[in-house]
Amino acid sequence: MLLLITLLVFVLLHAAPGDPAAMLLGQENTAADLAEARRRWGLDQPILVQYLKFVRTAATGDLGKSFRFSAPVKEVIKERLPATVELAFFSIVIAILLAIPLGVWAGSRPNSWLDNLGTSFGLFGISMPNFWLGIMLILILAGTFHVLPSGGRSTYGVAGPAQTGFYFLDSLLQGNWKAFNDAFLHVLMPALALGANMVGILMRVTRSSVLEAASEEYVVTARAKGLDNRSVLWRHVFTNALIPIVTVVGLELGTLLSGSIIVETVFAWPGVGSLLITGVTSRDYPLVTGVVLMYTVAFVAINLVIDGLYAAIDPRIRY
Amino acid sequence: MPPSIPESATEAPRVVIARRRSRVRARPLPLKVAVGGVIVAVLIVVGTLSPWLAPHDPQQQTLESMLKAPEWFHGSHVLGTDNLGRDILSRIIYGARVSLLVAFAVVLISGFVGIALGAISGYFGGKVDFAIQKLVEVVWAFPALLLAITILAFLGQGLFNLILALVAQRWIQYCRVVRGQTLSLRDRDFVAATRALGAGSPRIIRRHILPNLLQISLVIGTFSMASAIISEASLSFLGLGVPPGIPTWGTMLADSRSYISTAWWLALFPGLSIFLTVLGINLLGDGVRDLLDPRLKRAMKG
Repeated sequence: MLLLITLLVFVLLHAAPGDPAAMLLGQENTAADLAEARRRWGLDQPILVQYLKFVRTAATGDLGKSFRFSAPVKEVIKERLPATVELAFFSIVIAILLAIPLGVWAGSRPNSWLDNLGTSFGLFGISMPNFWLGIMLILILAGTFHVLPSGGRSTYGVAGPAQTGFYFLDSLLQGNWKAFNDAFLHVLMPALALGANMVGILMRVTRSSVLEAASEEYVVTARAKGLDNRSVLWRHVFTNALIPIVTVVGLELGTLLSGSIIVETVFAWPGVGSLLITGVTSRDYPLVTGVVLMYTVAFVAINLVIDGLYAAIDPRIRY
Repeated sequence: MPPSIPESATEAPRVVIARRRSRVRARPLPLKVAVGGVIVAVLIVVGTLSPWLAPHDPQQQTLESMLKAPEWFHGSHVLGTDNLGRDILSRIIYGARVSLLVAFAVVLISGFVGIALGAISGYFGGKVDFAIQKLVEVVWAFPALLLAITILAFLGQGLFNLILALVAQRWIQYCRVVRGQTLSLRDRDFVAATRALGAGSPRIIRRHILPNLLQISLVIGTFSMASAIISEASLSFLGLGVPPGIPTWGTMLADSRSYISTAWWLALFPGLSIFLTVLGINLLGDGVRDLLDPRLKRAMKG
């Protein structure tokens, strides 16, 4: 599976027009310089040799050396990864906190004004291009009202030395509340922009699965037992509605990952997504390949974890 | 859906509200379809007739009227001008054309590929099915936008490459759903009857399986059009979409970023166009799905 993915990436890579060596050296260079650069990066060898070399080294966790940063791709990604994870984490938290209560609310009162409001809200979330939402947030919150910073991960000089690379963990470990607050203010807008689509989708799924679970017979039984509305809703309806909700969170993580590429670019967020765009614009093949592989592996891994979660939620499911 | 709780009829003012609400409730779907349909119709008209509708040449740079704020009905630049003095409204009108063209092309091509492969995969089963499903799995392992970015990064920008990059992932949706439906259709009595009458596989697929897949494909198509428009805008925004020089909503947004603190109208209007377009298509899709068959909701999840 992963081998097929690397092959696909590699084929695309070499279908690319433009000579990376010429691009990196710039305008003024001699033919000898070019040949030397090609030799150093192994670009002068046959494509099959390049691919086999690539797979062999990738299998050992070595993704090659970035042309642009002249550092191992692995190191470059490692340095940027915490930023992306932090951003994705906050987007999910925001999405879950907003979407699930809204969806349960709407689903338990079908066709009420609250339901209509919630449903329209969900539809808006789905239809919103996240980069435009990001730009609008910057325009309003940073540009007009100056309440939030417009980009980046922290204010220069506030954060202490990096330990884990996660700004929240770092500042907590160091007891630096100012940095913690600063990191929080920085992550808020990008996380909101990134999470908006997920809010919409999650809300709709929560609503429909709550609606569906509410019409089951065990709910009638629970009511007949004399349970009050709230415990019927949360104990019987919600727990049974959870499976589709978890599935969608898992599926949407992939969308979230690709969304992070564009949202990071909007907010100058120094994560893996903006790294990919840098790699693309400078034709840094090993870097692009490395980042794409990393994203794909992460996506596959997430799906596995989600499958495992089902069993935890629903005891009827066993592997 | 459980029946709605009837409003109390004892209080006079509430009855009025209840009646008004119930009228909407009785026919909530045509409303969605109507709003969505109007938005999509406007988009199609604007897109096809853009040379006649645009008040200015979208490429014409007038440096003395740079970054003009929207003049609404008081001047010739209704929605203002950009950093090169180009008319925003005209650029949006021409941008509709690109969005529309790309979206239709992507939906048609991915629909054709996905439905064909899905029907073949589901109908014949066996080795063919295995091979096609392996392909589906590999492509499915990529997050959609990532695959498109990767393809465009390596192939370079251009209208054709853009469409290819967007089709690359989108046919999967059709393929999965169509395969599932075909699997259940192929064992139905009418198929067996046709085969007994001597019809060959191609004829059965074409005349008896495909017509049954039309509805669901239409629904998938609508939603995939919405996502194609967002993706096209995203890719153009990243500078990977259509070549520079063609006005698109995504590139307009990308250009707006440098002027975000001084010229809000550069960012607002193109984004609003994307949002409304996608909203309209989604409304239409929701409405059409509910109209055709409420059960499709379930099939779509699979």
